[in-house]
Amino acid sequence: MENFQSTLGQVNIASIIIFFVFVAITLAITYWAAKRTKTTSEFYAADRSISGFQNGLALAGDYMSAASFLGIAGMVALKGYDGLIYSIGFLVGWPIVMFLIAEPLRNLGKFTFADVVAFRLKQRPVRIGSSVGSLMTIIFYLIAQMVGAGSLITTLFGFPYEAAVILVGCVMIAYVLFGGMLATTWVQIIKAVLLLGGATLLVIMTLSRFGMNPITLFEQAAIKYSDKVLSPGGFVTNPWDALSLGIALMLGTAGLPHILMRFFTVPDAKQARKSVFIATGFIGYFYILTFFIGFGAMVLVSQEVVSSFDKGGNMAALLLAESVGGQFFLGFIAAVAFATILAVVSGLTLSGASTLSHDLYVNVIKRGKSDESGEVRVAKVSTLLLGILAIVLGLTFKGQNVAFMVGLAFAIAASANFPALVMSILWRGFTTKGAVASIVTGAGLAVGLIILSPTVWVDIFKNSSAIFPLKNPALFSMPAAFLIGYIVSLMSKEPEASDKFEEEKLRTYLGIGAE
Amino acid sequence: MSVNATKIHEIINSESFKRLVKKRIAVSSILTVIMLVIYFGFILSIAFYRELLSYKIGTYVTLGLPIGIGLILFAWLLTGYYTRWANRDYDKEVRELRNKVLHQ
Repeated sequence: MENFQSTLGQVNIASIIIFFVFVAITLAITYWAAKRTKTTSEFYAADRSISGFQNGLALAGDYMSAASFLGIAGMVALKGYDGLIYSIGFLVGWPIVMFLIAEPLRNLGKFTFADVVAFRLKQRPVRIGSSVGSLMTIIFYLIAQMVGAGSLITTLFGFPYEAAVILVGCVMIAYVLFGGMLATTWVQIIKAVLLLGGATLLVIMTLSRFGMNPITLFEQAAIKYSDKVLSPGGFVTNPWDALSLGIALMLGTAGLPHILMRFFTVPDAKQARKSVFIATGFIGYFYILTFFIGFGAMVLVSQEVVSSFDKGGNMAALLLAESVGGQFFLGFIAAVAFATILAVVSGLTLSGASTLSHDLYVNVIKRGKSDESGEVRVAKVSTLLLGILAIVLGLTFKGQNVAFMVGLAFAIAASANFPALVMSILWRGFTTKGAVASIVTGAGLAVGLIILSPTVWVDIFKNSSAIFPLKNPALFSMPAAFLIGYIVSLMSKEPEASDKFEEEKLRTYLGIGAE
Repeated sequence: MSVNATKIHEIINSESFKRLVKKRIAVSSILTVIMLVIYFGFILSIAFYRELLSYKIGTYVTLGLPIGIGLILFAWLLTGYYTRWANRDYDKEVRELRNKVLHQ
C-alpha cells in the first residue's frame, strides 16, 4: 500500500481547538451542575435522577478508557486476532454484573458498594476493609491513566509531560469538586457519544476503501502479513496465564468501585438492570469497532509505521484516522482520546472521594453520624486531595512502564472487592471477621503475587526469573479470598448478622426500604 | 413507608416470596454459569485446540473471526434475555408482593 507520511508529533490545530471546545462545554455543564450539587445525594448520586439509558451510556463511557481504545486497536494492528481475544475478556464481565450485582447493589446500598458489604455486619471494620480494597484499585488504575495521559499528549504534540499531567489533573478536579456525580455523568455521556461516533466514522471511512466489505479487509491483511493475523497468536500460550487474566478481567469488572458507584444514580433496580443492558451493548459494539480499526491500520498504515511511533502500537487508531481522513480527522480522534482520559480519571476521583468521605469519614470516624453539609464538605476536600495525589503520582511515575497496573487494579477488584460483595449478598453465614479476612487476603495476595510475578520481579526489578510464574495473580488471589472468607466466617459465627438475613431479602429482592 | 413487623414476618415466610427468591437465584446462577462456560471454553480451546479457531472457512477467513465476534454479540444478548425475563416475569411478582407488604 502507500508509503505513509504522518504529521504525528507536530502541533495539530484542529485537535487543540476541538479539545478546548470539549473542555469548555463540559466546564459549562459543571457550572450548571454545581447549582444542583449541594446535598450528599446530589454529590454522590446525582440525586438518583439519571435514567437507565443515560446511565448505560455513562457506564460505557467510564469503562471505555483511552488505554483500551488506543491499546486494543494497537494490539490488533500489530498482532491481529489476539487483540480480539483480549477485548472479549473486558466485555464478558458485564453479564456477570447484570446477573449477580446490579439489582441487589442498587437495592441494598446508598452511595458506595461498601454500603452493601457492610449491610448486616459491623460497620467500622468492614468499611475500613472495603475502603482499602476500593482505594487500592482506584489508585493503581489512576496512576496508569495519568501516566498514559501524559505520554499520549507528549507523543502527539511534543507538549511537556508535566504540563499535560497537571492540566488533566486540574480539569478533572474541577469537574468533580464543583459538579459531583451530575457533572461527571454528563462528561461520561458526551465522551461516550464522541468516542463511539468518532470510531464508527473511522470504521466506515476505512471500510469504504475495501468496498464496504469487512471480508476484503481481513483478506488484504492476511495477504500482506500472512494468515497468522486471523488466528490466535502468542497471546494465549500458557492456559494458566490465560485463565488468570480472564478471571481478573471478568470478575474484576464486577468489583470496580467507580463502575459500581454509578448504579446508585438511577431511581431503582429496574433502571439499574436496564443500564447494564445498554452499557454492554455499547461496549461490545466498541470492541467490534476497535477490531476493525486495528485491521484497518494494519493494512492502510502498515505495522512498521505503527510500531515506529510506539512499540505497543498505541498510535494505530490515530494514524489510521490521518490516513483516511487527513489531519483534521487525526485531530478529532486525538481530541476524543484526551476527552476519554479526562472522563475516566474524573470517575475514578469521584469514587475515591466518596470512599474517603462516605465510608471512612462518616461511617468509621463519625460512627454513622454526620450532618449533610459536613459530609459534602469532606467529600469535596477529599476530591481536592485525591486530585493532587493523582497529579503527584502521574509525575512520579513518568516514563515507568505502568501498563501492568491496570491488570493489577482488575486483579485487586476481582480478589478484594468482588468476593466480599457477592458473599454479603448471597450468604447468610457471612460475618464481619470473614469479610475483613476475605478483603485482606484478596488484596494482599493480589499485590504480593504480582510483585513476585514476571511483570514486576523480572521486567521491573530485573531479576532473572520470577518466583510466581503467572503474569496475573487472580487465579490464586480470587479463590483464596472466597475460601478464607468462608472459613473465617464459619469460625466466627455472628447471630446478629445471620438473623438479619431473612429481612434483608425484602430489600434485596423486592426493593422495600431501598434508598 | 411504614411496614409492620407481623407483615414482614408473614411475607418472608410466604410460599410466593420463597419461590420468587429461588427462581431469581436459579436464573442468575444458570446464566452466570453459561457465560463462564462459554468464555472459558473459548479461552481453553485456544490454549489446547488452536486448530479449531484457525480453521479456514474461506480463502483466508478463519472460524475464529465469526466465533470471536459472535461471542461479543452473545454476551450482550444474554444480558438482553435476562432483562426481558426480569421485566416480564420477575417484576410482575415483585409488584404483587410489594403491594401485599405495603398496602394492607
